[in-house]
Amino acid sequence: MVDNRVLSPIKIALPKGRLLSATACFLKEAGIDFANYDEQSRIYRLRSPEHPFVSAKVFQEKDIPVQVSVGNYDLGICGLDWVEELVSKYPSSPLLKVLNLGYGRGGIYATSSKFGGIDNFQKLLDQRHSIRIATEYPNLAETMALRFRLRRFRIFPVWGAAEVYPPENAEIALLWAEDETEVSAQNLVPLKNVLQTSAFLVANKVSWETKDLSWVAGIFSSALGRRSKPWLKIRPGAKKTVNGFRPNAQAGKIWLALPDGHQQAPTLEFLNRAGLTLEGYSLGVLDRRPKCAIDWLCVKVIRPQDMPLQVANGNFDLAITGVDWFLDHIHRFPSSPVTKLLDLGFGRVKIVAVVSRDLRVYDIAGLRHHVESKKLLVPRVASEYVNIADKYLRDNHFSRYKLIPTWGASEAFLPEDADLLIENTQTGRTLAEHGLRTIDTLFESVACVIGNKDSLKDPEKKEKISELIEIFSRVTEGN
Amino acid sequence: METRPVSQRCKGARDLLPEDLELFRHIEGIFCRSCSSWGYREVRTPTLEYLSLFTAAGMLTPSMLNRVYSFLDWDGWSGERVVLRPDGTIPIARLYAENPSRWKPARLFYVTNVFVFEETGTENRERWQCGVEFIDGSPPGADVEIMALAVEILHNLGLDNVEILLSHAGVLKALVQELKLDSDERARLLDRVLDGDWATLAQIKSYEPGVQEFLSLVLSSKGMRSAFVRNLRSLPRLPQSIESALDEFTRVAELLDALGISYRIDITSVRGFEYYTGVCFQFLCNGRRVGSGGRYDDLISLIGGRSVPACGFALYMDPLMALVSGGKEQSGDKRVVVRCEEVTPEYMRVGFTLARMLRKQGYSVEFSFADFRSTPLCRWLIKIRGKPEEFLVVDKESQRRRKVRSIDCVIDVIGGEQAFGR
Repeated sequence: MVDNRVLSPIKIALPKGRLLSATACFLKEAGIDFANYDEQSRIYRLRSPEHPFVSAKVFQEKDIPVQVSVGNYDLGICGLDWVEELVSKYPSSPLLKVLNLGYGRGGIYATSSKFGGIDNFQKLLDQRHSIRIATEYPNLAETMALRFRLRRFRIFPVWGAAEVYPPENAEIALLWAEDETEVSAQNLVPLKNVLQTSAFLVANKVSWETKDLSWVAGIFSSALGRRSKPWLKIRPGAKKTVNGFRPNAQAGKIWLALPDGHQQAPTLEFLNRAGLTLEGYSLGVLDRRPKCAIDWLCVKVIRPQDMPLQVANGNFDLAITGVDWFLDHIHRFPSSPVTKLLDLGFGRVKIVAVVSRDLRVYDIAGLRHHVESKKLLVPRVASEYVNIADKYLRDNHFSRYKLIPTWGASEAFLPEDADLLIENTQTGRTLAEHGLRTIDTLFESVACVIGNKDSLKDPEKKEKISELIEIFSRVTEGN
Repeated sequence: METRPVSQRCKGARDLLPEDLELFRHIEGIFCRSCSSWGYREVRTPTLEYLSLFTAAGMLTPSMLNRVYSFLDWDGWSGERVVLRPDGTIPIARLYAENPSRWKPARLFYVTNVFVFEETGTENRERWQCGVEFIDGSPPGADVEIMALAVEILHNLGLDNVEILLSHAGVLKALVQELKLDSDERARLLDRVLDGDWATLAQIKSYEPGVQEFLSLVLSSKGMRSAFVRNLRSLPRLPQSIESALDEFTRVAELLDALGISYRIDITSVRGFEYYTGVCFQFLCNGRRVGSGGRYDDLISLIGGRSVPACGFALYMDPLMALVSGGKEQSGDKRVVVRCEEVTPEYMRVGFTLARMLRKQGYSVEFSFADFRSTPLCRWLIKIRGKPEEFLVVDKESQRRRKVRSIDCVIDVIGGEQAFGR
């Protein structure tokens, strides 16, 4: 087919992670092959050699509905779950669901533990006390809670590992799963399917109403009409753990949260040096409830970002996280009963303010002057640390700015999707590679032990906590 | 022409300018005085409440809950959300539940803002209302009292063509109860009907024959007298729950007939608020809804208080401000402008002393300093000039003027106790 129309540039936001492989396959079959769109690539800006008027950028899936809504991209591909997560809270978002691409099928399930006393949906509705919901989808959770008329509920947004929270840290985990069988395989009870999801092509409403996007929509539609659909056969390898935890009498026990992800290796090394051996917390093995030799110590592995909130709510007495996440929490909730007990010395990073090298700005005052002289109207600030970023801009007398929460890979946001980045860096090399300039260092972050102030008021717990802190201190002092 | 700067007001928010606020205070004043003269006492609740106060079944419908301003505040680490007050009645019920033995019964009123998200931003998202709650007051007396009070307030505001639309939430709830539905489905059906979709009810075919006839009569006829409710009550094969709702409805309607308060009965006019259990009413003026209310006997026990009958209503400030006239600035006769020829310590001392004395006499006094270009609207202008203690009093109405040499003389002249000279 020869298309003689002059096509204006089309910008597409494409997902990383779960949907990447199937999306890459679908795009190729549909006739638009982006170079370097694969799991291994660390290139975020993509071009199609044969169709130069189409450009793409790779984002975390949950960033895509936001990016398309604000008009940075005309089109985007992501799961319906993330679309609904945005639209359920902000119904006037200018986001249109254009095509159901059919792959990446699954559902959002309200799940509970077999051992938590809520093993069917009616029991959930009948609960009189407050229901804690752990989820990566806080807006969907609120919509669900209101729809089902839960009398009292509290939502704990988590960065991941929602499945490990029930029963002792949450009554409900609201999470994505392929089907009920997958939920059951995790030893959880599927109480209700809240949403059926699959990958969607979404469009910015203004782009759809004013711009010719028919070429993309057209090749997508014709691919969907074909008999052979190899992209449907690609299924994401979900990394989920089994939650067979049965609560027992836990009086006097100390709960410690340990980090997964990048922080796991240095934490493991530190614990080894402290002589604390944990069965199931070694690299390559993901047991979210490792066993500890100390019988009064219970350990659970969650995301370091989620720890301060979890400690504040008494789900854990102690946690090993970073000063960055501790401060981000305290800036948001000054009355939180979380306190920092000990710096551990490893995991040292700088929290820095970063701009694109194209911007002639060399310090934060310079950026403010840039704004005051109207060269930049409302600066867009992208960060994983929204509360740190917010405070930093307030403290530096920025009167108007837009905060864009991100979920990793923030460096790709500059310059086209953000003007300022608040990001952590070890050496600054990645930032330099992306053509970025560091204009300020906010503070240095290091791994630390945080604790719940109320736990420290309990004499029995206090003694055990002191004992652990002493063990850790011996290692840090030996440094 | 002067170009206006781009507005920095939040979408859906508005400013009240002096003229607006004078009208606002006029309406508020009439409302408060009327309520006080009926033995009601004013209360005020906080702007922030916990979201959980409004989420329980029987409170706000999900479609209303989806439009509340809820967020995590500085204490939000516990996950407990707070909300900008989305409704006037529920906080009052909470206040009563927390102060149970203070009043018996509690006749309370309030003037408050409620916050409701509205997508276009063309309507106000912060809305003011004047509310009345009669707690521990049983039907039919309390219902009729508050309706008569509302009618009197509207009359005092100069709105005499007020139409009352009457209904009974108990009839609707009994109808939904007649369907054999599980609690989830029943809640969802009730939500739809409360959002105004009564047709949904009529489409359901699983009713008993008596209920089916009743429903089609209710959907197709409106009444003007208590007789209409008695006619409905006379239908055969009605379930007990509908009969008792209709009995209560009849008693209220009869009392309204006796007081000469006219109304229109439309059973389908129950809207929005899930907490109503008995008679519900709306006030319409020139086709605009200016207020609504009803009986909510379960609300206080749902919040955790003891079970007490209660009813109330709210009048809406936005439509009232569009309909009511009055509240203009006080007449010019009481307005005085004092003009100092120079801004010096001597002039200022004399000027401020004169102003204080005049204000004590009930005048509203404004200064006009020598560098002001225009004189504000007023009847009296007093110029302090030349040697201090010389005053020129000008009556702008009659264009007469007189020189006097003391503050007492000024007061006598403008008070009419000393005549003007030539």
